[in-house]
Amino acid sequence: MDEIKISAQDVNVFYGETHALQDVNVKIRDNTVTAFIGPSGCGKSTFLRCINRMNDTIEICRVKGDILIDAEDIYDRQVDPVQLRAKVGMVFQKPNPFPKSIYDNVAYGPRIHGLARNKPELDEIVEKSLRRAALWDEAKDRLGQPGTGLSGGQQQRLCIARAVATAPEVLLMDEPCSALDPIATAQIEELIDELRQNYCVVIVTHSMQQAARVSQHTAFFHLGHLVEYGETGQIFTNPQDKRTESYITGRIG
Amino acid sequence: MPLLWLFAILLALTLAGYGAGRRRAVASAGGDIRRLHSRPIYYGLNVALAALVPALLVLFVWLLIQPVVVESRVSGLIPEIAISDSTTRSLVMSDVRRLADGLDAVVEQGEIGSDAVQGLQVGDEIRALLGRAGVALASDVQPAVLAAAQRYRMISARGDLARSIAVLLLAVAGLVFALSRISRDFRARNRVERAVLALLIGAASIAILTTGGIVLSMLFETVNFFGQYPARDFFFGTTWSPNFRGNSQLGILPLLWGTLYISFIALLLAVPVGLFSAIYLSEYAGPRVRTLIKPLIEVLAGIPTIVYGLFALVTVGPLLRDYFAQPLGLGSSGSSVMTAGLVMGIMLIPFVSSLSDDVINAVPQTMRDGSYALGATKSETIQQVIVPAALPGIVGAILLAASRAIGETMIVVLGAGAAAKLDLNPFEAMTTITVKIVSQLTGDTDFASPETMVAFALGLTLFVITLALNVVALIIVRKYREQYE
Amino acid sequence: MTDIALGRALRLKTSLLDQSSRTRKRNFAEKRFELYGMAAVAFGLLALVVLLTTILGNGLSSFRQTFVTLQIELPQAKLDKSGTGDLEAIKKVSTFGYAPLIDTALEQTMAQLGITIDGLSAKQAAGIISKEAPAKLRDAVIANPALIGTVHEFRLLANGRIDGYYKGAVTMVSATRDANVSPELLILADALKAAGLLATSLNPGFITDSDASDQRPEAAGLGVAILGSLYMMMIVLVLALPIGVAASIYLEEFAPKNRWTDVIEVNISNLAAVPSIVFGILGLAIFINFAGLPQSAPIVGGLVLTLMTLPTIIIATRASLKSVPPSIRDAALGVGASKMQAVFHHVLPLAAPGILTGTIIGLAQALGETAPLLLIGMVAFVKEFPGAPPEGFFDPASALPVQIFNWTQRADPAFVERASGAIIVLLVFLIAMNTVAVLLRRRFERRW
Repeated sequence: MDEIKISAQDVNVFYGETHALQDVNVKIRDNTVTAFIGPSGCGKSTFLRCINRMNDTIEICRVKGDILIDAEDIYDRQVDPVQLRAKVGMVFQKPNPFPKSIYDNVAYGPRIHGLARNKPELDEIVEKSLRRAALWDEAKDRLGQPGTGLSGGQQQRLCIARAVATAPEVLLMDEPCSALDPIATAQIEELIDELRQNYCVVIVTHSMQQAARVSQHTAFFHLGHLVEYGETGQIFTNPQDKRTESYITGRIG
Repeated sequence: MPLLWLFAILLALTLAGYGAGRRRAVASAGGDIRRLHSRPIYYGLNVALAALVPALLVLFVWLLIQPVVVESRVSGLIPEIAISDSTTRSLVMSDVRRLADGLDAVVEQGEIGSDAVQGLQVGDEIRALLGRAGVALASDVQPAVLAAAQRYRMISARGDLARSIAVLLLAVAGLVFALSRISRDFRARNRVERAVLALLIGAASIAILTTGGIVLSMLFETVNFFGQYPARDFFFGTTWSPNFRGNSQLGILPLLWGTLYISFIALLLAVPVGLFSAIYLSEYAGPRVRTLIKPLIEVLAGIPTIVYGLFALVTVGPLLRDYFAQPLGLGSSGSSVMTAGLVMGIMLIPFVSSLSDDVINAVPQTMRDGSYALGATKSETIQQVIVPAALPGIVGAILLAASRAIGETMIVVLGAGAAAKLDLNPFEAMTTITVKIVSQLTGDTDFASPETMVAFALGLTLFVITLALNVVALIIVRKYREQYE
Repeated sequence: MTDIALGRALRLKTSLLDQSSRTRKRNFAEKRFELYGMAAVAFGLLALVVLLTTILGNGLSSFRQTFVTLQIELPQAKLDKSGTGDLEAIKKVSTFGYAPLIDTALEQTMAQLGITIDGLSAKQAAGIISKEAPAKLRDAVIANPALIGTVHEFRLLANGRIDGYYKGAVTMVSATRDANVSPELLILADALKAAGLLATSLNPGFITDSDASDQRPEAAGLGVAILGSLYMMMIVLVLALPIGVAASIYLEEFAPKNRWTDVIEVNISNLAAVPSIVFGILGLAIFINFAGLPQSAPIVGGLVLTLMTLPTIIIATRASLKSVPPSIRDAALGVGASKMQAVFHHVLPLAAPGILTGTIIGLAQALGETAPLLLIGMVAFVKEFPGAPPEGFFDPASALPVQIFNWTQRADPAFVERASGAIIVLLVFLIAMNTVAVLLRRRFERRW
């Protein structure tokens, strides 16, 4: 249950001249929600985007060091980011459904990766994914309508369903609730807790309360350094580092 | 009084008014400009505007109306008998005008006194007189024409005099009135600003006036044309064979077919090439390649169409004829639908690509991220997410390009040929609406004949087609932009 | 819940290190797609290169022309019979009086050099000189009457075919089939060239001279066309810039946002896309037929081009005004300026570089516009230079793009070379204008 899923060794990230992330070492467990917290600009999102190589799409970005998933180096030359991203799904800050129907949004991933051999199988994947994202009951009668017509919280759950549909092993979430109201946020948090049973979930959040509510492990980033990493309870009640304590108590941030 | 002098005097009055207004305002405040309502410059400007604007307006309207009035009054003088069978009243009137201008030239060169001109008789060697002044007349002068020309000169001269007097009086009146109103508390700035705003509104409405002018100028003649030639035959006729001796067949269908065929080929080239260039430059090319290549492609858009026309005529036409049409047995004409279509396609590439580039860039980055995060490749993201998202904008761009293609003139004049045909062979010379507008309106033709007036009907048809395309495209693009803003 | 396990069941446990065949296929499709894009860009660039090289290849030679240098005697008995040196009397001698002088000079030169060519009479030999040469000689004498009675060296234009021979357009073979030249004439040309009396050199007349008739392509120049285009650009600048800026200021700063403004806005966007030929019809109907302005005159062309350029200037000016941040307006209003003062004192100066750039680009478009000018009669053959402005605005003139079109319609193929050369001149003007626009933008561009 608690095997190591992701392991980062001496990860350094540069945006052009800027040294955005310095010497990050961390081991993230499977079937666990791990939260990255820290003030804005601390590098937590940057690190998250390293885990599925989304930083490849930014031209001036360079990544040094190793990140292993299931003991395989994802920055190995033989690894195709396309295959990697099927295994490591991602949900973004702002819900970004494609301008297609709800069904096509969810079916997009399985289609490009060829996960379904026929239409019934695809239907099944879509239904399972929507159920897993707790959206099925609301969406089942309007699968043909555009995804952009849903409410903000529904859109974000659609994005989660979309990510789940490619059968990933890791789910990365970049502040998934920051654009949502409190009720939608509560629904998503509940969902994250359920997703833990099947996936290794990594969530970047601005809200310490959210980190405390949903995560089992927490990593605190500050100015491009991973300052402290440990069980969530320990980080929030008994931080080892001065900076962590200052942040938790609201003196920096 | 020559116009130039009138302008000069107006300008002098305006400047004098400005200075006087300023001085009077400062004097009314006892030299202390802090006690004025507005800064002195506004008092000056107010007087200057009062002197200049109404006078200029009257002058402008007068210039437009006087020739029409003179024309109608002189035209009535010419008896029906003086108009022989081979000519029309408007042709005789143009003779009258030419003669009047010639007489003006003679007087100007001092060949003869201005009073003597009005007393000239037909026997007085007018042709020789004009010839010495460098004005050539085709034939000897008819008595009726001479009388009309003399009358024309007289009315014109009186009109010119009245115009000068009216304009100057108005300017002086405006100046005096504005000066008289100046006092310390006069709200000069508010007055000036209201006048300036009116000028700004006037400038903005020129755009509307232009459209109105376009529609009216063509509508008027088109109605005349349909009075002489049935509208049904024009819109549904399949033969185009104008004949200046009458009995022309003026069906628009062959021209419309040529226009659409050429535009279709042009779009067939320009849309894929332009779209793929836009996609490559915005999604694949690095910033350095992009800053180098993009302006180069856009150079194609800055090249005048006459250059493309010559390219079609001298290079592409013979090339297609010698290497495709003749070996394939499809024709032996350098100018063809293919020639014009391909060259027009090249012209439209930057048009399609820069418009598509704009709409592709308007697709938010989060959309791309969402697709990449699911493990889609770039091409999958482009084909299945970006292009569908940008589709309305791209359709708008294509419609605008189509409107361009349909209205393009020089490339088809030089590259397509002049034969009106309903044919499928793209290596055959065909012709378009724009080509025929040019050919019917250039050259010495009678403006009253249906063969000439058909050009206005063609122009109106062209305007309506392109207007519809433009408006639909503009609305689509606008809606699309709002969606992502 | 049975479906919870489904994720695991569907998942194919594979290593990231080996590419699945499907991924390979997808990557191949990816490469292919990128290649399409590159091919499209390459096609566009290729078209540009081919277009420019053919124009340059055809046209560069028109800046050089073949001249024959002859010692010509200008006898007083023939050119100034009265012997008084009275200019009016000299002017009475037409070009027909000058042509024999050139013929004689050529004959004498041939005799001196000992050139005799079988089957070429003296009369035929004169065909080596341009038909325009007597007129040029007459102009030279009228400009300098002191030449009469002397023997003077003149550089005369050679016939267009002879010129074509040295530019590779005419060969001995083609000359046998050509009514305007013969192989013997080409041999004579070679002989004169060997004697150093015939040479191909730079021809400023191509830029400064006026158009020439169909039989004398060698003498055709762009002077009238350049002047006509210049006049029209002056009119466009003087009218379109203030009107365009005024209209934009109203629409952007003062107009209430209502249906009427919406109509004006759509109308302006549409005007920018109306086919140019339609503006020509407008010019013909309103300015010529209704207002009675003269045909072929720069004033009419200028007015038509003004109406065409207005939308471009308005669109550029509005974009430029829009880019000035509202904080500037607020600051001005905050110290008690009126709205009008805020706009004219603060917003407009800040927007000026953008407005100028847009205006130059609009002018460049207008300079290359051909179709509307055809309809207002500018395609006519104009040999006289228009007078000085403002009266010159009403004189007949040509325009650069119309002159190009005019030359493409001539029967003599030598005019194609002239047309291509004229395009080079046009493109040089356009490049210069666009460079100025780019430099202005670089120099004054401001990011808020």
